[in-house]
Amino acid sequence: MDPLFEFCLRMGDNTLVLGHRVSQWCGHAPVVEEDIALANTALDLIGQTQLWLGLAGEVEGKGRDADALAFRRDAWDFRSVLLVEQPNGDFGNTLLRQYLFDEWQALMLAALKRSTDTRVAAIAAKAAKEVAYHVERSRGTVVGLGDGTAESHAKMQAALDRLYPFVGELFATDATDEAVAEAGIAPLPSDLRAAYDAALAATMAEATLTIPDSRWTHAGGRDGSRHSEHLGHLLTEMQWLQRAYPDATW
Amino acid sequence: MQPSVADIWAVLDGVPDPEIPAISLTDLGIIREVAWEGEVLEVTVTPTYSGCPATSFINRAIEEALHDAGIAKVALKRQLSPPWTTDWLTEGGKRKLEAYGIAPPTSPKGPERCPHCGGADLERISAFGSTPCKAQWRCRDCLEPFDHFKCI
Repeated sequence: MDPLFEFCLRMGDNTLVLGHRVSQWCGHAPVVEEDIALANTALDLIGQTQLWLGLAGEVEGKGRDADALAFRRDAWDFRSVLLVEQPNGDFGNTLLRQYLFDEWQALMLAALKRSTDTRVAAIAAKAAKEVAYHVERSRGTVVGLGDGTAESHAKMQAALDRLYPFVGELFATDATDEAVAEAGIAPLPSDLRAAYDAALAATMAEATLTIPDSRWTHAGGRDGSRHSEHLGHLLTEMQWLQRAYPDATW
Repeated sequence: MQPSVADIWAVLDGVPDPEIPAISLTDLGIIREVAWEGEVLEVTVTPTYSGCPATSFINRAIEEALHDAGIAKVALKRQLSPPWTTDWLTEGGKRKLEAYGIAPPTSPKGPERCPHCGGADLERISAFGSTPCKAQWRCRDCLEPFDHFKCI
């Protein structure tokens, strides 16, 4: 498989799956301002998905567009990391998952702005502006809830303990990553880890949360070898209309 | 006879943004280029936010306005780079936003003053607002909430 195609799927499937997850909050958030913020974040992520999967389809050259890739692939063809597939849980859990992803995405996009592929660089420059805003908000919420009441602190610590074992997969590096790095298209994910760890340590110190000691990580999403059971359930809901009524438009 | 590029810009000046009709598409700074390619008028548009649902409405509004102006063949091109920035909002556009009750983008720190009373004692209620391009603020002087067009 073309490494650039695979790379675009990884970028686009992460934003698609997380965007869908976040959109599930629409109408359910604790207060209306947060509801709007979550919906807007989801919208940005879905917009970025259209760009990444659109480029993936162009690179593949088999006539599949962003919609075909989003709605006509089954779980094993998805390349999203396990972190973004995790269920929303409570509001704190959702925002912590968002923060763990946002911080990685901001670093990745900053590096991709210098991509030798001008299409990749253009998408990264566009998305980076939106993601800078996402990080500001998710970081602020993690700090506010972590360093909040005894109950909010306990819930955020439980969320960090639950989700941290999914962080390592963001920095996994395989032959696809080496090929796109070699071509100057994207950085090696492993090269982003030090900056990520520094940002995470600063945020969690401010949030009075303790990062688990173990670096052990779940993996299998970004190479499609072993997705979590959650992805199948998510796709069943997300893809239902296009599966039931192929090519439906309105 | 083909209308001149300047005439086309004048037509586009009259097309309102679908979500903030107080300003036009040219005020918003999203029309990057207008050029004739033979019989076809090429209009290059850059999106504000990548997921902004107004994008498809904007494209349709451009096509309709140009067809109404007698231009038969219009090709819309999407240009991502350089990414849209609120620096491209025209000065006139910023004034129209404020008159409409939306604090214009001036600084990443937030709005300069309340668009209702001009007060400077402001607080942010939410990082996001009713559209992707806005945030919600409140004036502590007149106690009114208002939208702020985010600086990006």
